[in-house]
Amino acid sequence: MRIIATIIAAAVTVIVGTTAEAFCGFYVARADTSLFNKASQVVLVRDENRTVITMANDFEGDVEDFAVVIPVPTKIEREQINVGDRSIVQHLDAYTAPRLVEYHDPDPCMRYERHKMSADQAFPQSAVLEASSKAARSLGVTIEASYTVGEYDILILSAKDSGGLIQWLKKNEYRLPRGAEKVVDSYLKQDMRFFVAKVNLEEQSKLGYQYLRPLQVAYESNKFMLPIRLGTLNAKGKQELYIYALTRSGRVETTNYRTVKLPSNMDVPEFVQAEFAEFYRDMFTKQVDAENERAVFLEYAWDMAWCDPCAADPLSAQDLRKLGVFWVGGQGGSKIAPMPVQDVFVTRLHVRYDSEHFPEDLVFQETGDRQNYQGRYVIRRPFKGEASCDISEYRASVRERQEREAQQLANLTGWDIEDIRRKIPFPEGPAKDKEPWWKRIWG
Amino acid sequence: MNIANRLLSTLSDPRYYQIIVLSLLLTYGITELDFGIRWQHALLIVSTALAVQFLGTRYAGLLRFDPLSPLITSMSLTLLLRTDTMWLAMIAAALAIGSKFLLRYRGKHIFNPANFALVTLLLVSDHAWVSSGQWGSTATSAFALACLGFLVLTRARRAETTIAFIIIYAALLLGRAIWLDDPFSIPLHQMRNGALLIFAFFMISDPKTTPNTALGRTLFAALVAGIAFTIQFIYYQPNGPIFALIMCAPAVPLIDKLLRGRIYRWEKPAGHGAGSIKGVF
Repeated sequence: MRIIATIIAAAVTVIVGTTAEAFCGFYVARADTSLFNKASQVVLVRDENRTVITMANDFEGDVEDFAVVIPVPTKIEREQINVGDRSIVQHLDAYTAPRLVEYHDPDPCMRYERHKMSADQAFPQSAVLEASSKAARSLGVTIEASYTVGEYDILILSAKDSGGLIQWLKKNEYRLPRGAEKVVDSYLKQDMRFFVAKVNLEEQSKLGYQYLRPLQVAYESNKFMLPIRLGTLNAKGKQELYIYALTRSGRVETTNYRTVKLPSNMDVPEFVQAEFAEFYRDMFTKQVDAENERAVFLEYAWDMAWCDPCAADPLSAQDLRKLGVFWVGGQGGSKIAPMPVQDVFVTRLHVRYDSEHFPEDLVFQETGDRQNYQGRYVIRRPFKGEASCDISEYRASVRERQEREAQQLANLTGWDIEDIRRKIPFPEGPAKDKEPWWKRIWG
Repeated sequence: MNIANRLLSTLSDPRYYQIIVLSLLLTYGITELDFGIRWQHALLIVSTALAVQFLGTRYAGLLRFDPLSPLITSMSLTLLLRTDTMWLAMIAAALAIGSKFLLRYRGKHIFNPANFALVTLLLVSDHAWVSSGQWGSTATSAFALACLGFLVLTRARRAETTIAFIIIYAALLLGRAIWLDDPFSIPLHQMRNGALLIFAFFMISDPKTTPNTALGRTLFAALVAGIAFTIQFIYYQPNGPIFALIMCAPAVPLIDKLLRGRIYRWEKPAGHGAGSIKGVF
């Protein structure tokens, strides 16, 4: 009987422990896509061979110059192209972004302190950016069909004429980036098709949008892939790409590149709150280098029905449907209190790529893995209140913890450990006495 | 002298080398690559495979329990199969070894055991998949894999299947790149795939489920490479080689009928006088 009781107690402790860990922590910051320059965001909805892709861009400049050439794995018709809602992509970005959470140490003289949990609301942030404005400007298409969708003029290339695209480009005085012709030919031989989207200024002023809304395409194809080769042609340096995959069964990964989880659930010093953007950028760069610049990184994998802690509310069924998640119902759920959405699993992938390290297009597969993963970084705030007992031991433990956090931060980001230590308010007092004598010999 | 001879005779069994290489790969995968398998998982697959082999040995009335083949099968399986449920891993191991005892034709088992289990699970369950990209493509690791695998094969003295498969598959990829006018970095990247190399060196190479003659094995490898390429680049489905191998398995008795040869036995005949076909599992 005693053994059973112990086992049950242990099980409960574990559950309580993990639950407390999971539910506590104030959400304090997130590393959304606006951290990185020249980033593109793509939402890939996929079930069986049905795919809906949403491409967001934050093209800045004269929209008159804006045109984008989009390769699609199969033939498409007018009804398959749509103009989406930028705020939903921003919401998805916020929901899946790596997050910083904080815990407050309880009064060391008091027990039974309860932690609170807070869910943050989405705040608006600048959206992402398709950096291929140049690529866009320099490509076009032989027009088989031409029509206007929202503020865009859409031109679809004839399926028969493989040389058409290049001819059309030249006729319209677009400058081809070096190597574009080859890639276009290669894609056409693989039965891929292109469409070109140009901004229709008249329609845009009628609609009154100050920015470019994301383009969406729905198609059926065995190819679960994302063509990235055109984008690498005239880009200066590396590009950032975020892929949000929305699927039914589980996590999405690349089959022709390594998919790597970023280090997560790490304790970091308190000052990281003010420097979270720098922290995340540097950590990401360090991880990219550690994988020889050839990996795709997993930033979030979660059941869309919930989150913990929430960097933003889960998307409502309505919003998901607008993104192309065709298997969820269109009704029900409001923005204020979204209904839990069943059967949608979100994977957020982050790639930094160039043609040298990513010669081939990204190919994906859906796995059965429904294990939740999030980029989560933790700040633990020492107790600052008035102590009603001797807290020298507590202070020593805080000091030890802070030192561990400093080393962890240096490992994660490559920052100088001395710089980090200078920014940490180590508690004064007898903690030093507890330090082993040999630590001070060689400094 | 006697002991030294016995030791040498034992080591001449190429499966010891295979086991060493597979263990190294598994350790590298788990510790360095973080490729989604835990030790517990690997242990579960290995112990289930051994248990089923033991039961199968009893059931088939064999004299000797042979742990080497199930070890190799279960380690290949561990390296390729990903699943989020423990019991599926156990089923995979049981299917693999069970198929050796139950699905037989003319003294040989029909399917490569690990291949049979992988395909069955991929077809029937959403909770099984193969992470072919997880090995990364750095030249060094691919090179190391190839070399280590080659070592295993030259000991096995039946390297035709692997060599023919690699050459023909690479030629098809290269041909595709030339037709598409793609840079050669693309077929090169496609060849630097850890799962493809594991397949070529540890799965298709199995002498027990390939034809008995060198010419037959080359033909067989060409067939597998062709179908794998078709699945992967014409139908755009993942895991082409794994599906191709199982589709080609029925061709083995056919090729053997056309080209007569001796059935492969792991040990040298000198080691064990009674090398009857029945004893070959």
